[in-house]
Amino acid sequence: MKTENENNINTGMSCPVPIRDYKQILMAHGGGGSLSHQLISELFVKVFDNPALNLQHDGAILDISSTKLAFTTDSYVINPIFFPGGDIGSLAVNGTVNDLSVCGAKPLFISAGFIIEEGFRIEELWKISLSMKQAADDAGVQIVTGDTKVVEKGKGDKIFINTAGIGIIDNDVNISPLNCKPGDVIIINGSIAEHGIAILSKREGFEFESEIVSDCCPLNGLVQNILTISKNIRTMRDATRGGVATVLNEIAMSSNLGIVIEENKIPVKDNVKSGCEILGFDPLYVANEGKVLIIVSTEDAEKVLQVMKNHPYGNDSAIIGNLVEENPGMVVMKTIVGTTRVVDMLSGEQLPRIC
Amino acid sequence: MKYIDEYRNKELIRIISDKIRSVLTKQISIMEICGGQTHTILKYNLEEFLPAKINLIHGPGCPVCVTPIDYIDKAIELSMKDDVILVSFGDMLRVPGSEKDLLSARANGGNVRMVYSPLDSVKIASENPDTKVVFFAVGFETTAPANARAVIEADRLGLINYYMLCSHMLVPPAIEALMSNNKVKLDGLLAAGHVCTVMGLREYELLSEKFKMPVVAMGFEPLDIMNAIYMVVNQIEENRFDVENQYSRTVTREGNAHAIEIINKVFTKEDREWRGIGVIKNSGLKLRNEYSKYDALLNFDFEKKETMVIGNCIAGEILQGLNKPAQCSSFGKECKPEHPLGAPMVSSEGACAAYFRYKRSKN
Repeated sequence: MKTENENNINTGMSCPVPIRDYKQILMAHGGGGSLSHQLISELFVKVFDNPALNLQHDGAILDISSTKLAFTTDSYVINPIFFPGGDIGSLAVNGTVNDLSVCGAKPLFISAGFIIEEGFRIEELWKISLSMKQAADDAGVQIVTGDTKVVEKGKGDKIFINTAGIGIIDNDVNISPLNCKPGDVIIINGSIAEHGIAILSKREGFEFESEIVSDCCPLNGLVQNILTISKNIRTMRDATRGGVATVLNEIAMSSNLGIVIEENKIPVKDNVKSGCEILGFDPLYVANEGKVLIIVSTEDAEKVLQVMKNHPYGNDSAIIGNLVEENPGMVVMKTIVGTTRVVDMLSGEQLPRIC
Repeated sequence: MKYIDEYRNKELIRIISDKIRSVLTKQISIMEICGGQTHTILKYNLEEFLPAKINLIHGPGCPVCVTPIDYIDKAIELSMKDDVILVSFGDMLRVPGSEKDLLSARANGGNVRMVYSPLDSVKIASENPDTKVVFFAVGFETTAPANARAVIEADRLGLINYYMLCSHMLVPPAIEALMSNNKVKLDGLLAAGHVCTVMGLREYELLSEKFKMPVVAMGFEPLDIMNAIYMVVNQIEENRFDVENQYSRTVTREGNAHAIEIINKVFTKEDREWRGIGVIKNSGLKLRNEYSKYDALLNFDFEKKETMVIGNCIAGEILQGLNKPAQCSSFGKECKPEHPLGAPMVSSEGACAAYFRYKRSKN
């Protein structure tokens, strides 16, 4: 016989994620690949079902009276918590600032929720707080509310941070994958895969000739600059977990257009390339924390590229490809040797090869 | 990037492509043994550079693909024991056993850790003296020296909590078995450059002589592969069957004497089952008697369980080069990287995974 509680939660919906795949949450469900995508689309989006969430953008664009707001949230569970180029605090602020920025919003307010493991050193928490304050000041946002919970030793991993953020969108800004058209140009603001390799090399103790530093940075300044000079920015995405390849696949699917990119135009620093070669990783799937993909009309592409190059977080900006009518929903790459191949979404995280 | 970009040179690849077309007169089938090479071929879509007369057959050289299900089941069973940490390479964690993979075992509470180097498993054992640490050692001749080194290091440290579940495979016996059963008709063989770096070329000279087979030891970059195909095509056209070395920047005829010595010190040959292929004589490595105290098979009790083979999967035929992934009725339908029916769909060196990732549904 069911208890009253069980009856209350029985809404008649069955779990929409196919049981045949996995009965428990696996790491791959949070890896940013197609299992993550499946979990989000088939479980959370179906359960929470509302127009803002259903678009599955990096943030919700809310139309409240005459003001357009963007609202987003993200949780940070990174190991190690301090890494070359940042820490979990700067990451938590910049990540949310960037999610708001790519909605076309000016980020204004951020919330911060901390889940801290018993025994965590206060000095480290202080360092993280300072780093959050610095990142917030750099991005021109305020951390206006927060929450702290402590869990028993062993029930967490040092510290987890959740941030949510609100930003306002100018009335003439309209960012959506549905705006994309064949021929539109794809621009990235610099070299890829640095965050993922920086984290991995720190975590696993790999040493490269020169230290690989995370690209963690706020993108709102750069994004506002290009929104000021072009009314033809169709959509923008920050290429975090799952890397550039995953985000391009998401753009292709949501715009129902094909994407063609050119391998030799995608900026990757030599030390990052070496790290990827050793591990058997494809940099296209490695995480970034300060890279944005801009989809812009052909006629505005050069102008936008120049403005990006003049921004400190966009010096190495490059045009890497186009949207096309052919192969809707699919990303195809012209390889460095002149052939073409599919660039698919991965099912989970990349794992290092055996030999 | 130095020593990489040179081997991805579009113009040189084009020149070799033209040379292959000018030399080749007949329909031929060539097998590349190593899964890493299969991935390069698909990642760079090198078949665009090859005449239709060349049929590239993908060989069994994917270490996790051929690891027997029984060993994966044993690894999962070990990981679920309260006093065991099961350690392996990342690639191994997603390969399905009879019921689940090691990642699912971890989600069920199993203690599974991923390492990048076998020596890391020794480090974990020395840091956790109250826990038994089992390293699930898989791979071919390429990983054998480093795994042997891990055992020697554990011995030097006097560790009593270190074990190895050893599923090492040797390439030449598998090639010999494939050629002897005569199901695959081959005109040439592209040997795995890194296996040859360790072992040298002498084993391949015996195979070449026995089967009158042209062999080229091949590297892993696009230009290496095109060049090796050109070399093997030349042999075929000239009716030669030599062992040639395309990957001369690392491969020597004698191999790496130190690596071979350390393999022989720690391991000895035994008959071994290859997943999807069957038992092949003298094709596996196990720990020598002197190191039996580290052998997980001898030091743990395992449940007697029947291994289950998943239906509708032709992984065995794919690993033997009898079929290609796209010819499997489950490919891309019931069988995808998210829910693989067979190991070749999982591994970064598996042929099915390579086809799914780089070639699927492109018009």
